[in-house]
Amino acid sequence: MNPSAGALFWAYLQVGLSGFGGANAWARRMLVEKRGWLTDAQYAERLGLGQALPGPNAMNTAIIVGHGFAGVAGAAAAVLGLFGGPLVILAGLAGLYDAYGAHPMVRGALAGVASAAAGMMLGTGIKMARKSYPTALMWGIGALVLALALWRVPLPWIVLGLAPFGVFAAWLERR
Amino acid sequence: MSDLLALMAGLASLSVIAVGGGSAVIADMHRLIVDEHGWMDDAQFARAYALAQAAPGPNVLVVGVFGWHVAGPVGLLSATLAMCGPAAIMALGFAMFRARVAGAAWLRVAERGLVPVALGLVMASALLLGQAALATWGAMPLVGVAVTAATAGFVAMTKRSPLWMLGAGAILGAILLG
Repeated sequence: MNPSAGALFWAYLQVGLSGFGGANAWARRMLVEKRGWLTDAQYAERLGLGQALPGPNAMNTAIIVGHGFAGVAGAAAAVLGLFGGPLVILAGLAGLYDAYGAHPMVRGALAGVASAAAGMMLGTGIKMARKSYPTALMWGIGALVLALALWRVPLPWIVLGLAPFGVFAAWLERR
Repeated sequence: MSDLLALMAGLASLSVIAVGGGSAVIADMHRLIVDEHGWMDDAQFARAYALAQAAPGPNVLVVGVFGWHVAGPVGLLSATLAMCGPAAIMALGFAMFRARVAGAAWLRVAERGLVPVALGLVMASALLLGQAALATWGAMPLVGVAVTAATAGFVAMTKRSPLWMLGAGAILGAILLG
């Protein structure tokens, strides 16, 4: 069953508001685990498109997911939900942070959140890799993408350079 | 005012080349904001980035903090719109095209083929973010490693909300470093 624009707005509002450390892990949790609107493989495909398109990938993915379920209204609802809450919070934080950002306890808490957020992304990646059933060649391409990105090769080169090999692997899998 | 327009123009042009996401152009943002216009110094830029990482929402909202710094609340909204608008229009155009060719075999192959790229990039940004966070733990980098590893295991093996681990990390950091 396809969710309505309103349902997409509420789902993405929660994604945006809980999206500490980046929204992609939270979007997967909402769309795949909580609502069951997409499978892991389907979410990974849409995230891949969102990354291949220029611009913020959480937003691109939200537009593709929203449009797929409820057309232009769905895309607009998803993006408004994703950005609406966090913009309000950020406006509040920006003022507070100027006043308290240097306090050691605030710094310590931010360090803890940053380390945990990295672990959250890592755990989400592991889950998605396990459940989207890549072939051996796809594992290899994913590992190469990982290595090049860690080596600080510019992201557009990695995406444009390795996407054709990924598509080739998908074509082999289909045959 | 002219500062805000210059910031918006700079961000809008980065928006359409940021393949791989906003973090692909963080170095270009640094050049725009610190080197070219001097709106922030290095430390302010790094703090703005840390704030946007810690706040909820897409990481691209760091441009909102830049906008806030240049022109207050109006700057926050304008900068976010400049960074997201052009890319959003392109993504919507693609989504409409995708709907028109829905079900085509070549599209299914292309989408499946992007999965390994997507997963590789997710893992890489996780590791780079975790590594950057280690510096903020001062003399206790191993605690940072432990928090990252424990959260990864928690998220990979349970369906419980990651907020538990983010909260635990925040409390641990506040106690140990505070």
